[in-house]
Amino acid sequence: MAERKENKAGAKRLRNIFFGNEYKKEATISYGILIVGYILLQLGANAGLIGRNLQGQFVPICVYISLAISLNLVVGISGELSLGHAGFMSVGAFTGIIVTRMMEASMPSGNVRLFFAVLAGAITAAIAGIIIGIPILGLRGDYLAIVTLAFGEIVRNIMNVLYFGLDGKKLKFAFNHTIDGVEGNQRIITGAIGATGVTKTATFTTAMLLTLFTLFVVLNLKNSKHGRCIMAVRDNRIAGESIGINVKKYKLIAFVVSAALAGMAGAMFGQNYSTLAPLKFNFNTSVLILVFVVLGGIGNIWGGILAATLLTILPEALRQFADYRMLTYAVVLIVVMICTYNPTIRARAGMVWEKISPRKRRKKKAEEAADHDETGKEEM
Amino acid sequence: MKNKKWTKFVAVVLSCMMILMMVAGCGSKSGGGDSEGNTLYIGGIGPLTGAAALYGNAVKNGAQLAVDEINAANPDGVQLVWDMQDDEHDAEKSVNAYNKLVDNGMQVLIGAVTTAPCTAVASEANANRTFALTPSASGPAVTEGNDNVFQLCFSDPNQGIASAEYIATNYPDAKVGVIYNNADNYSSGIYDKFKSEYEASGKQLAAVEAFSDDANADFTAQLNSLKNAGVDLIFLPIYYTPASNIMTQANKMGYDVTYFGVDGMDGILDLEGFDTSLAEGVLLLTPFTPYSEDEAVQNFVKAYEEKFNETPIQFAADAYDCVYAIYDAFGKTGLGTDASMEDICEAMIGVFTGDFTASGLTAEEMKWEASGEVNKTPKVCIIEDGKYVEK
Repeated sequence: MAERKENKAGAKRLRNIFFGNEYKKEATISYGILIVGYILLQLGANAGLIGRNLQGQFVPICVYISLAISLNLVVGISGELSLGHAGFMSVGAFTGIIVTRMMEASMPSGNVRLFFAVLAGAITAAIAGIIIGIPILGLRGDYLAIVTLAFGEIVRNIMNVLYFGLDGKKLKFAFNHTIDGVEGNQRIITGAIGATGVTKTATFTTAMLLTLFTLFVVLNLKNSKHGRCIMAVRDNRIAGESIGINVKKYKLIAFVVSAALAGMAGAMFGQNYSTLAPLKFNFNTSVLILVFVVLGGIGNIWGGILAATLLTILPEALRQFADYRMLTYAVVLIVVMICTYNPTIRARAGMVWEKISPRKRRKKKAEEAADHDETGKEEM
Repeated sequence: MKNKKWTKFVAVVLSCMMILMMVAGCGSKSGGGDSEGNTLYIGGIGPLTGAAALYGNAVKNGAQLAVDEINAANPDGVQLVWDMQDDEHDAEKSVNAYNKLVDNGMQVLIGAVTTAPCTAVASEANANRTFALTPSASGPAVTEGNDNVFQLCFSDPNQGIASAEYIATNYPDAKVGVIYNNADNYSSGIYDKFKSEYEASGKQLAAVEAFSDDANADFTAQLNSLKNAGVDLIFLPIYYTPASNIMTQANKMGYDVTYFGVDGMDGILDLEGFDTSLAEGVLLLTPFTPYSEDEAVQNFVKAYEEKFNETPIQFAADAYDCVYAIYDAFGKTGLGTDASMEDICEAMIGVFTGDFTASGLTAEEMKWEASGEVNKTPKVCIIEDGKYVEK
């Protein structure tokens, strides 16, 4: 009897550690999804249960999850609409490729090169974030969306005319024409063709580590003093200002951190393919990331993780529908959007959850028992 | 009572999902079953949806036609299975499609159709040892460093070189100008080589103007600059839609000039809303014209029109030739259809780099370099009375 009580107390303590408050709950679920998913997929891949098609998507899925988490920092936590996330990704990706190509001769370890690529991607994307953030964060709502949209397009257009090449050990670049003395294999980025001949260094494990890092940064920022200031400004700008919060500063923090994380994800993405064209990071990619965030629920981190995973796998899983693939994809998107935001359906889903959730059921039983107590004065 | 109904509903939804998942599982496995019997599984990758879908679908149909012909001609011999996957003209999706095909048990690859996705697939195929013959990915990066990837089309640099040679020999006194798309690797790839080759012949380009995808409607500024430079022959290494705008606007300006296009110009006569009389006298470098007198081409065009209700473009002919080239080369390897993808790859590389030649709709006696580039004679056509006439 006593043992049982102890067990119960232990369980309660455990529950308190992992689900004690909203923050803990969010962190547990988010980390849980990632770690359990990683272990399951890794086991499945080792056992040969998972085909090449799905295995090939492990890294992009991790990248898209990172992007969804980092965009959630701007859209969900800071409450601004950003449509230029792919621009930061692009900056990070191409920086990463340049860095790895420069290190290729002197550094044989792929993981070390990858680390520096991601680091460099974070730095350049953060700089881009500061440059764009300072003048525009005074803007509100739609105007910010317009400027970030423009930023994404500007980055793409600049990358379209930028040429990078290695001349011996020197890095050279030029606008709109090829570089003299740099031929063939020494070219790193050639304008609209983008980067070719990239040695792939990204792996599922490193991509997952990056995703966990992104999650760690965003969750900790959200639960810090800074995070609470960011959210206070989001909820009521005037009230926030009145108690002395520097609105621009906190918006800039969220924006730049998000940009740096997107740059890291971009660098990882760039290291997963042998070729990368600037066109990849167009407006559509920005919107795709936004769709992950909106579909997962704005501000809901683990929802974004699930949405990014499902929406990356879905088009591939639908390949057998052949001609109707894109149609099916669109229909599924619309159905999910309607279902997750329709109050009637949500309420019904809540009812079902109550029925199947063991904890809630136990609670209900206890309540019923208490009712019984009061009326019948019976003890079981 | 209400709750009971609700539970039922949930049960139905869940079971539907389970069935869907089972179907999905079946779908991914049943593909491998095709390798039973005397069949060779040919995979294809190209854009079947999106902006470049025209090219992918042409390849899909052209190859299908060749596969059907081969299978019908020799029902007891090697049967071909053709499976084309969509890549939306995106490198990431293209690699996914490649992985899917490998899962399905692909033995030889035709593709990818467009250059950027093909570059990504080529390095995957190289690492994984899949033999790949691309019908239309003409960028030099496709074959660079990949011993297993071959092109059936002219590479971009070779198109530029062939055009420069043709213009330098046949129009020695012309003042040549260029309008090209500097945001497009196809266009800038051809232009780069054209310029260096043309200048190597001791001549200078009179004027060069560029545009990008975002500004491909108004060309008056570029045309004025060419006109002021006295240009009387414009080289257009671009696709047919912007080229049609250039011709219409030059006509409005009263600028009379000769145009020289490359294979991207193919399709200009079928463009809706374009006055095809403006394209009279346009010269273009193309490996295939549906109006050719050649009997094989005529038969192909007829069969294609009957089956798919449209006139084939060059991409369809390229794909048709790809299938025949692979079929013939596979016969030369002496391997059975039960051979693995890797074994077929090594054997096919041996055949293609040997003295193997293939003849088809796009050229006679095509031979391949070890680098993967094809050797074939370029054809220059002129548009007369709304038809391509070989020059």
